[in-house]
Amino acid sequence: MAGATPAEYIGHHIQNLTYGRHPDGHWGFAHSAKDAAEMGFMAINADTMAWSLITGIAFCCLFRKVAASASVDRPPRWQLAVEMVVEMVAGSVRDAFHGRNAIIAPLALTIFAWIFLMNLMDLVPVDFVPFIAAQMGLSHMKMVPTTDVNATFGMSLSVFALMIFYGIKVKGPGGFAGEFLFHPFGKYMVLFNLPLELVSFLAKPLSLSLRLFGNMFAGELVFVLIAALIPFWLQWLLAVPWAIFHILVITLQAYIFMMLTIVYLGQAHESHDDAH
Amino acid sequence: MESIVAFSALAAGLMIGLGALGAGVGIGILGSKFLEGAARQPELVPMLQARMFLMLGLTDAVPIIAIAFAALLMFANPFLGQGG
Repeated sequence: MAGATPAEYIGHHIQNLTYGRHPDGHWGFAHSAKDAAEMGFMAINADTMAWSLITGIAFCCLFRKVAASASVDRPPRWQLAVEMVVEMVAGSVRDAFHGRNAIIAPLALTIFAWIFLMNLMDLVPVDFVPFIAAQMGLSHMKMVPTTDVNATFGMSLSVFALMIFYGIKVKGPGGFAGEFLFHPFGKYMVLFNLPLELVSFLAKPLSLSLRLFGNMFAGELVFVLIAALIPFWLQWLLAVPWAIFHILVITLQAYIFMMLTIVYLGQAHESHDDAH
Repeated sequence: MESIVAFSALAAGLMIGLGALGAGVGIGILGSKFLEGAARQPELVPMLQARMFLMLGLTDAVPIIAIAFAALLMFANPFLGQGG
């Protein structure tokens, strides 16, 4: 599992378990970063898929169980925690979203809880699961799905698709195109408006996913650096404060992803026609 | 080869340093304005705090993304494969 030098150790820990087609035609796991790069498009990060599905199913089961056994007279402790999350999300949606759409609040709740759980995997010691995976014969194992840029782009592109869908549904194709053509400076500046609006529209999913990825990747990397460069009996001195600080980052990034999703979808529901 | 390594190290240092500089100034201003607002209107603190944390996360992301790319340059340099 651990490489000989710190650089090898770190390189090993930021490598996904990639399943795909090797250049010679057979399918299998990549054994190094070079292998994974040679697979090109025909590859899938098996560990990202597995852990995001595990956390997603855990979220669904937990919330389903709490909702099914909810009680007014004697609420169990889990119910209070879930109610806090639901009320926080409902309040954010009420504040930031002024359209009429029943899907926004459940979407926001799913995004918040799912990203929170995926980020939470960051607090598991960096070598714990890779060690177990190595005993089972898997060469690489990256536990935090949000440190894989594919996962964060998957989520932000889904939000992007919803933005386009609701933009066209609420404003009609003409109104949606009008947003790009006539928006900041009126209809005589079309050639100027279009690139401006297009860039700001395309930058939304990009910044949404890179923000989450960058934060979680950098956080994970600091844990790996601590594990690689410091003798094991001193690691707690740095790892514990960083883990405590990281709890804030984990929650904040889940909250920001949720909040920006609500704001972007709110923009898709709002028409700017009254301004002209 | 050596020059690629040297320039990558310089680039990584500049990315982390300049990113931290900008975000440090920005978050400092954000915090001072929040404290000013809280001192003027203490009853608005919960609302201001939520917005402040949102902006904090947005500002915070820029240097963090720079650090992630700097780490990429340090540990898995994509330029090393190309050229000599």
